[in-house]
Amino acid sequence: MEVVIEAIEGAWQLLVGRDEVTYEVLWRSLRISLSATGIALALGLPVGLGLAVGRFRGRRTLYTLANTGMGLPPIVVGLVLTVLLWRSGPLGGLRLLYTPTAMVIAQAAIATPVVIALSAAALQQIDEEFRLQMRGIGASRLRSLWELGREAHLPLLAVAMAGFGAAISEVGAALMVGGNLQGETRVLTTAAVREASRGRFAAALAFGFVLLALALLVNLTLTTLQQRDRTTRR
Amino acid sequence: MDPPTVWRLLGSVAVVALAVACTPADGTDAGPVILATTTSTDDSGLLDVLVPRFEQETGFRLDVIAVGSGQAIELGRRGEADVVLAHSPDAERQLVATGVTGDRELVMYNDVVVLGPGDDPSQVGPATALTEVMQRVATGEAAFISRGDDSGTHALELSLWEQAGIEPSGQGYREAGQGMGATLQIAAEAEAYTLSDRGTWLATELQDGLAILYEGDPALFNLYHVIPITDAAGDRVNEDGGQAFADWIVADDIQASIGRFGMDAYGQALFVPAAGRDAGDLRGGG
Repeated sequence: MEVVIEAIEGAWQLLVGRDEVTYEVLWRSLRISLSATGIALALGLPVGLGLAVGRFRGRRTLYTLANTGMGLPPIVVGLVLTVLLWRSGPLGGLRLLYTPTAMVIAQAAIATPVVIALSAAALQQIDEEFRLQMRGIGASRLRSLWELGREAHLPLLAVAMAGFGAAISEVGAALMVGGNLQGETRVLTTAAVREASRGRFAAALAFGFVLLALALLVNLTLTTLQQRDRTTRR
Repeated sequence: MDPPTVWRLLGSVAVVALAVACTPADGTDAGPVILATTTSTDDSGLLDVLVPRFEQETGFRLDVIAVGSGQAIELGRRGEADVVLAHSPDAERQLVATGVTGDRELVMYNDVVVLGPGDDPSQVGPATALTEVMQRVATGEAAFISRGDDSGTHALELSLWEQAGIEPSGQGYREAGQGMGATLQIAAEAEAYTLSDRGTWLATELQDGLAILYEGDPALFNLYHVIPITDAAGDRVNEDGGQAFADWIVADDIQASIGRFGMDAYGQALFVPAAGRDAGDLRGGG
């Protein structure tokens, strides 16, 4: 338990003492994972919407795939992407391996199924009655979709938080495609792995606590938005 | 905030994200030199000192990919790395035999120590030879924690069992499957014996739970070799950059820096520079 106390003190000192390296790693984590979440939302929300309101062949298969994809092991994503991005691989010419961009792609791949599956579930719940209402007032198809989005924006913010959580907390893919390069691709999770491998458990845990603090801050912001909307609506 | 505002917010995040993602990585022609090395090399902190100096002195950019020994060598074989710094002599010789490398050169060595509970229940300390140490560990009550991860240290451990004529197995032999730091932690918790490189041992601050019981045998030396990769391994290998690192790290002044590394933090050097020396002599023919 000494280690935990030492780690809490360590995390506090890193944050309050404005440790330069920690803040650099922190900003990089935030930038990469927010970018990945943004891409996952851009790709995942339309698909989730399609799954919720659409009636097409293969819908159930796609739904199953998205649900399965929520459990996609980051290390598998990392391995596949690494092999693709190898110099000898099909995308080797892009020279993306060991760059933050590769990490954004990997984390987006991890977060997208989460966004698809959860947004489909959220929209589906509202869908049935709501569509009848919309048809009742003679709204256009586009208008109905827009109103559906408005109606579901609270659960959809939760979807964004879940996607961000999946992205920022994963370590397997970040390590594989990022290479954990100091000053370039080292993020909070991979920094923690490195410290643990060096036997510096308190330092590793301190990075873990910094990560938690960051996740708390981001989710606090989104939750505040979410709950403020809720109160204004009532 | 209206729901549409929320959507605009999320929308702008998505747009910014796409823009970031589509920005090409910095497009220098040859790209950085990729050094594949083992986590234990990286864990020592030596590369944190060497890498900036190499970049400054040679103008190359160097990316250090610290992975398991097996992966480091495989990355070299596939031409995904330009130079390899490892300490698994057998696997390195196999890599050289594939014909995709330049000259493999000895860089330095550090030593592995035999650690165990301070009261030494298996009486390893009084042993006079390394084979006897291993026999006492094997027959004693206390457990032995193996890295079990195909690392250089794990390979060394297996060769020590073999030399002592012991097949490690049974209840008392446990494989951690993890890095050195984690393995040391497990050994300390379990009051068990283990092997560790001196650098990680000094860095872990586990000195309460474990003690050095046997050290100094040449068979416990960890030999680090540098292996530049040629374009026989792949078209995109940065052959010049890899060779530049290999030449640089065996140069006299860098060797002197390696010999000083660790003095400040631990009061003792963690590596012994060995460029130009013969590995066979160091290992006593092993």
